[in-house]
Amino acid sequence: MLRIDALEAIYPELEQCVVVTIMGAVSAELQSLGHRPNFFYLLHAMGLASSMGLGIALSRPELPVVVLDGDGSILMNLGSLTTMARYRPGNLTHVVFDNESLLSVGGFPTATATGSDVAGMAAAAGIPRTTTVRTLDDFRAAFTAARASGELTTIVAKVEARGPALYLTDLPMLENRFQFQRHLRALRDLGAQVSADA
Amino acid sequence: MPVSVKHSQLIFDALRACDVRLMSALPETWLVHLIRMAEEDPAVTLVRLAKEEEGVGISAGAHLAGVKSAMLMQNHGFLASVNGIVSLAHLYRIPLLMLVSYRGEFGERDPWQTQGGGATEPLLRALRIPYDRLDHPNHVAAKVRKAQTLAEASLSPVALLLCRDLMWEE
Repeated sequence: MLRIDALEAIYPELEQCVVVTIMGAVSAELQSLGHRPNFFYLLHAMGLASSMGLGIALSRPELPVVVLDGDGSILMNLGSLTTMARYRPGNLTHVVFDNESLLSVGGFPTATATGSDVAGMAAAAGIPRTTTVRTLDDFRAAFTAARASGELTTIVAKVEARGPALYLTDLPMLENRFQFQRHLRALRDLGAQVSADA
Repeated sequence: MPVSVKHSQLIFDALRACDVRLMSALPETWLVHLIRMAEEDPAVTLVRLAKEEEGVGISAGAHLAGVKSAMLMQNHGFLASVNGIVSLAHLYRIPLLMLVSYRGEFGERDPWQTQGGGATEPLLRALRIPYDRLDHPNHVAAKVRKAQTLAEASLSPVALLLCRDLMWEE
């Protein structure tokens, strides 16, 4: 499975979610499919995308939040699995694209290349739903099921260690950051308006 | 345990007066009452961490989602958070209100706490993080309010050092 195909398979659902991605290939490939104001790309601070997603999910339980993580990133912040599991927000879906490699910095193998099992660690940390998928159909089904379950889920998607030709985009980091914040504020104002109308 | 309940309450009330609704924390002796108060307040979401750097990400998420937050940590937790502070909070202009228990100053009895004290302020200065000491109960409310105001206005981290004279009753 290629990550870009996996992203494309869930893109229509991502349009409905608040999305936080890691740096590198995940960010560049999602942008290549079309940037949206509900997508935030964390282009540094390796490991903290899952923590950011947890902060958003706990702050705004009404919003479906998706973190698009990677094996290298989550291995830098394994404690985050235990913190997510502790609070287990049902509106958070945690996808780990596992290419067993630090692809963006030269393709050095990560520990998942020698058998470390991210979904196993997530389950042992206490994440209520975990799965590892290897095909596009299984990934699409697992993602849809995770969102429908209303339970915190970690999906490990085994993907090939192939990335985009270009990692740079024309979206400056701060423009992304302020646009994303403004979008979350607008969603809250819209929610308040809907409640007032009801 | 001679950690001051009264002064912990002052700090907690000052945070609540700023509408801080999410607090991340990793326990250490001086923070025990503050963390208990956060846990008991139904209006506050307490996030217990495995490592302090996670708190930078959680506060960043909370900020972008419209919720004011604070981080409760020891100065060694601040040392452990530096990459997140630089490559998330500074890079993306995220306000952080960091309450840092200042171990290793005069009066420190635990030998293992004595190195972090000397590194704390030089590192805050190196990172150009505005900071102030909380060492007297009379100043707590105003300093917390002003620190939170500066963090929000500058979209940057600020630190309050929780000092022995405030936190510990000898």
